Amino acid sequence: MIPLEVVVYVAVGLGGTAVVLTRDPLRQTMSAGIFGLALVLLFAVYQAPDVALSMLTVAAVALPMMALIAIARTRRAR
Amino acid sequence: MSRRQRVGLFGAAAVVAAGLWCWGAWGLPGFGHYPGPYGQLINQLVVGQRHTTDAVTAVNFDYRGLDTIGEEFILFVSALGASVLLRVLRREHLRRRPVRGVAREAPQTSEAVRLAGIMLVAPGVVLGLYVVTHGQLTPGGGFQGGVILAAVGFAVFLTGRRLDLRRILPRHLSEAGHSLGAAGFVAVGLATLALGAAFLQNILPLGATAQLDSAGFIPIVSALIGLEVACALLLIASEFLLQAEEVEDQGEQRR
Repeated sequence: MIPLEVVVYVAVGLGGTAVVLTRDPLRQTMSAGIFGLALVLLFAVYQAPDVALSMLTVAAVALPMMALIAIARTRRAR
Repeated sequence: MSRRQRVGLFGAAAVVAAGLWCWGAWGLPGFGHYPGPYGQLINQLVVGQRHTTDAVTAVNFDYRGLDTIGEEFILFVSALGASVLLRVLRREHLRRRPVRGVAREAPQTSEAVRLAGIMLVAPGVVLGLYVVTHGQLTPGGGFQGGVILAAVGFAVFLTGRRLDLRRILPRHLSEAGHSLGAAGFVAVGLATLALGAAFLQNILPLGATAQLDSAGFIPIVSALIGLEVACALLLIASEFLLQAEEVEDQGEQRR
C-alpha cells in the first residue's frame, strides 16, 4: 500500500465518522459534502477519473440539493 | 443509554470495523497491479475499434450500452415517480384552494450568495456542455455533464427571489427533455436493429481519433443522456420544492 492510499483512506474514515457525529442535518449536508470530496480523492488516487467526476457531481450537487429541500420541507411543516 | 455507553459502543464498533477493513484490505492486489484481463483488453482494443480515447465512456455507452440504458431508466422512472406521486397530492390541494402568492417568496439570501450564483452560471453552462460533448475524449460524459447543467439551474434558483424552479425550466420542457433523452437512447438502439445490425452496435462512421465528431454514435448517446439527467434532476427538484411550498401553505391555513 503506497502512502497516498493511506492518506485518502484516513480521510475517508475521518469524513464518514464526521458525518455520523454531526447532529444538525443542515450541517450534516456540509460534512457529507466533505466526505464526498474525500471519496473523490480516493477514486482519483485509484486512477478512475470518470468515477471521480461522477462522485464529484453527485456529492456536490445532487445529494446536497435533495437533502436541503427535504430539510426545508420538514422545517416548514413544523 | 448514557453518553459513556454510547461512546463505548462506538469505540468497540469502530475497532471491529477497522479490524475487518484491514483484514479485507490485506488481500487486495497492490497499487497499480490490475488482476483481470478485461480492462487491459479494453485498453488495447478501444482506440482501434471505436476511435475513442476514453475507454470508460466506450464501455458505458457502446460495449455495455444495454446496461447504461437500464441505469438511465432508473433515473427516468424515479423522476417520473416523484412527478406522478406529488402531482396527485398537489391536485388535491389545489382543488380545495388556490396556491397563494405569499409563500412563493424565497427566504432572503445574502448579496454574496447571489453574486456567486450569478458568476457561476455562465462558466457552469460552458463546463456542462464541455463535459457532455467531450465524453468520448476525456473523462466525463452525459451523466456528469447533465448534473453540472442541472447545477446551473440550482444556481439561478439560489440567486433569484422566487421559490419556483418552473420559471427557470418550464415543466413541459423538463418533462419533454427527460423523456426525449431516455427514449432517444433506446431509439438509437432500435435504429441499429432496423439497419440490420445488433442492438446498439456502433455502425456510424467512427471519424478520426481524438476529434469531437469521432467514436460513432457515442457523442449522440452522451448528449441524449446529458439532456435526460439535467432535465430529470431539475424536474425532481421542482416537484419537491412545490411540495414544500404547499406544506407551508397548509400550515399557514390551519393557523
